[in-house]
Amino acid sequence: MRTSSFSLEKKDDVSIVICGAAGQGIQTVEQLLTRIMKSAGYNVFSTKEYMSRVRGGINSTEIRVSSKRVAAYVDRIDLLIPLNENAIPHLKRRITNETIIIGEKENIKGAFECSECEVEVPLSEIAEEVGGKIYSNIIAIGLIACLCNVEAEIVEEFLRKRFASKGEKIVNNNIAASRRGFGLADELKQAQKIDIELQKNPRVLDELLLYGNDAVAMGAIAGGCNFIVGYPMAPSTGVLRFLSGESKDFDIIVEQIEDEIAGMNAAIGSWYAGGRGMVTTSGGGFALMSEGLSLAGVTETPVVIHLAQRPGPATGLPTRTEQGDLELALYAGHGFFPRIILAPGKIDDAFYLSQKAFILADKYQVPVFILTDNYLVNLYYNLPQLDLSGVTIENHVIKTDKDYKRYKLTGSGISPRGIPGYGEGLVGVDSHEHDEEAHISEDLHYMRIKMVEKRLKKLKRLENDVVSPELIGNGNYKTLLVGWGSTFYSIKEAMELLEKEEISFLHFKQVYPLHPDTSDYLRKAEKTVLIENNATGQFGKLIKLYTGIEVDAKILKFNGLPFSVEELTEKLENIV
Amino acid sequence: MDKKAYDMGDIDYHWCPGCGNFLIMDILKETLTELDLKPEEIVLVTGIGQAAKMAHFTKMNFFNGLHGRSLPVAMAIKAVNPELKVIVESGDGCTYGEGGNHLIHAIRRNINVTNIIHNNMVFGLTKGQASPTSQLGYVTKMQNLGVFVEPFNPLTFAIALNASFVARAYCGDKEQTKEILKKAITHRGYAHIDVFQPCVTFNRLNTYQWFKENTYYLDDSHDPYDRVEAFRRATEKGKYPLGIFYINPKKTFEENLAAYRENDMPVYKRKRDLEKVSQKLLSFV
Ligand SMILES: Cc1ncc(C[n+]2csc(CCOP(=O)(O)OP(=O)(O)O)c2C)c(N)n1
Ligand code: SF4
Ligand SMILES: [Mg+2]
Repeated sequence: MRTSSFSLEKKDDVSIVICGAAGQGIQTVEQLLTRIMKSAGYNVFSTKEYMSRVRGGINSTEIRVSSKRVAAYVDRIDLLIPLNENAIPHLKRRITNETIIIGEKENIKGAFECSECEVEVPLSEIAEEVGGKIYSNIIAIGLIACLCNVEAEIVEEFLRKRFASKGEKIVNNNIAASRRGFGLADELKQAQKIDIELQKNPRVLDELLLYGNDAVAMGAIAGGCNFIVGYPMAPSTGVLRFLSGESKDFDIIVEQIEDEIAGMNAAIGSWYAGGRGMVTTSGGGFALMSEGLSLAGVTETPVVIHLAQRPGPATGLPTRTEQGDLELALYAGHGFFPRIILAPGKIDDAFYLSQKAFILADKYQVPVFILTDNYLVNLYYNLPQLDLSGVTIENHVIKTDKDYKRYKLTGSGISPRGIPGYGEGLVGVDSHEHDEEAHISEDLHYMRIKMVEKRLKKLKRLENDVVSPELIGNGNYKTLLVGWGSTFYSIKEAMELLEKEEISFLHFKQVYPLHPDTSDYLRKAEKTVLIENNATGQFGKLIKLYTGIEVDAKILKFNGLPFSVEELTEKLENIV
Repeated sequence: MDKKAYDMGDIDYHWCPGCGNFLIMDILKETLTELDLKPEEIVLVTGIGQAAKMAHFTKMNFFNGLHGRSLPVAMAIKAVNPELKVIVESGDGCTYGEGGNHLIHAIRRNINVTNIIHNNMVFGLTKGQASPTSQLGYVTKMQNLGVFVEPFNPLTFAIALNASFVARAYCGDKEQTKEILKKAITHRGYAHIDVFQPCVTFNRLNTYQWFKENTYYLDDSHDPYDRVEAFRRATEKGKYPLGIFYINPKKTFEENLAAYRENDMPVYKRKRDLEKVSQKLLSFV
């Protein structure tokens, strides 16, 4: 082992990055490490950035291990494990003098240009001694775990479980590899090269480790979802895959459909028959669903759309992130009809809002969007267990009587929704403008007007049922940061780092319709700063449209990466 | 059952006098009557076009959706509630043109629905353009040189996809069409019935007279379980065979779904157990 000299301060929030080509086992390292760290009682967060290719390229995963809760991406790299020689050039913008780079000789070459702290570890050589090159990643895991003061037993227990099915020999080799990693770390510690001091918190052990994807899918299950169709498209496929795994246990019909047009129409058909269907897609796929969305609008059939955004136009950057499809969700579909757009920013929100999406869709008989993005669906961190005590699955389907009319005109605009085969009535729905019994109507002087008014009334109704924005910080702010969706924790952490009493942050988890308090919040501020992961400030435009208020400053990012805490801190410092 | 149960009463039909759609409507009502299917048990899913308006002219549950998109809707309805009898009805343009991709996959899935295509070899509602089944040389205001693209053959197509039930009928022959329809509706799995239907307003080529002269019935010697033979007969031109070309009993889409493998109860009737959801969440600790 060769180490160069470097200084280190005690750290209680460590950012570890593993970088290499697809197929080099980055994900295995990430999964094992995050779980090991959590078992040790540390808070963890993980996010990855990857290329749209199955092999090769260059990908990286960030794991934050911390004494306090962490849930946002940072640029900073404290510990870097380059798995090939492209890793250092790929990450050179993020490597500083404080970054400790641990790797094979050929993988850390060039590192000295950006960092003084490279540690050469002949991982493959040691791995060969243990039993083969495949053990290099486990040596690295042992090394990092030991640097973070995780007990050897915790790591070994994990490896034992993980590799149990592969037989005793493999288990023992993995444990031996981990021990070698521990040995290497001890040397580093003794040489006082590295000093990490993380606080353990036993509460973390009982917490959940949930992907954004899984939270959306679990929320859907808790909302009574029993039908999902999708056509694979990053980053939306995880939800379909997850529910496919739960199909039998939770009575869910899951189908990989021929195209997104079929997907939307099928999801609508499922609700018509009494099911609770959803589609999961990304911008390009959703574009194909537009006509179907309009069908949901005119037939007043509920439907839930998980729209996981990625940068466009067209194929764009398939595996990158952006908040670029808010306007698409807002305006998709011809003709006027009401809709609801929810935009979770946290894992627990992703769960509760997905649950709520089904309730709202059913209650108002409208399409409801769960608008996420690549960053949110592919990140995870530990969070307290989700409480289902307040959750109920409302069901607004009625049993029909003989003279049931699907579009009966009512004061609220909402007609009781019957389904075929339940009751004595007949249930028709129609994509044309129609009368109360769903038959084609071209009565322009009465029925058309009544039906348009009916749909408008529903919008008025659901405007009283909007999820409140969340204010972080002081109520007596001078500067108000405004964000929505996945940027929540990056903005929050950046704001907290600024330590300025007069700055608060307003986060919207429902972006349409806007909450009635929106303009009050905004008017109270001397300065408003909009932060969006897109090029044009789409939410700012929406705010302007509905409140007349123009934000004072905008921080926009659209290169396909999420905001880092550091860049937001820096930009905010310049603005406020 | 009384045939009147499907009557809409005194309504304004949007079809031209003499249109073949009236005959299909009458055949459908009689078939359903004879099968003793109540309007409440049936869902008629249609697209857009003259044929698709059937949903408004017969009395039963209906989903009149978008042009070309009835099959995904039908698939979902049947999957959520297999106790319903799901019938799809639309035109040749709707089914073979706009909805072509859905047709491929509805057949592959073997969704348990009856798909009745009113094949008038023309776009009726949009006033007389060629459809995928329009014959070579057929002149329209749009196809003013006459149709020169290969006409779509729905039967060879469905047989090539190994569909579960493939038939062709002619609405001018009520009794035989009824017999075919009955078999189709009671067939377990996807049943495809292409029904020749004269459009008296826009199709002056394929008239009642023409269909009569250019069709004949497959006789008893035809074995509908013989796929190659079925395919060969389906390629016949000049005079078009009518009847049941192909039957291929196999598991339906719903039967294959994980949700139905061990439990027949329609999915929509099953209650979600939130306690189980909590349990599942604990697996993420
Ligand atoms: C997406 C879309 N494209 C086009 C139309 C217009 N359109 C309505 S019916 C139709 C064709 C009808 O032909 P067919 O399906 O054969 O039915 P027919 O009227 O002949 O019974 C067309 C093109 C539409 N309603 N929707
Ligand atoms: S246009 Fe043709 S298909 Fe349509 S109703 Fe008239 S005759 Fe029938
Ligand atoms: Mg037609």
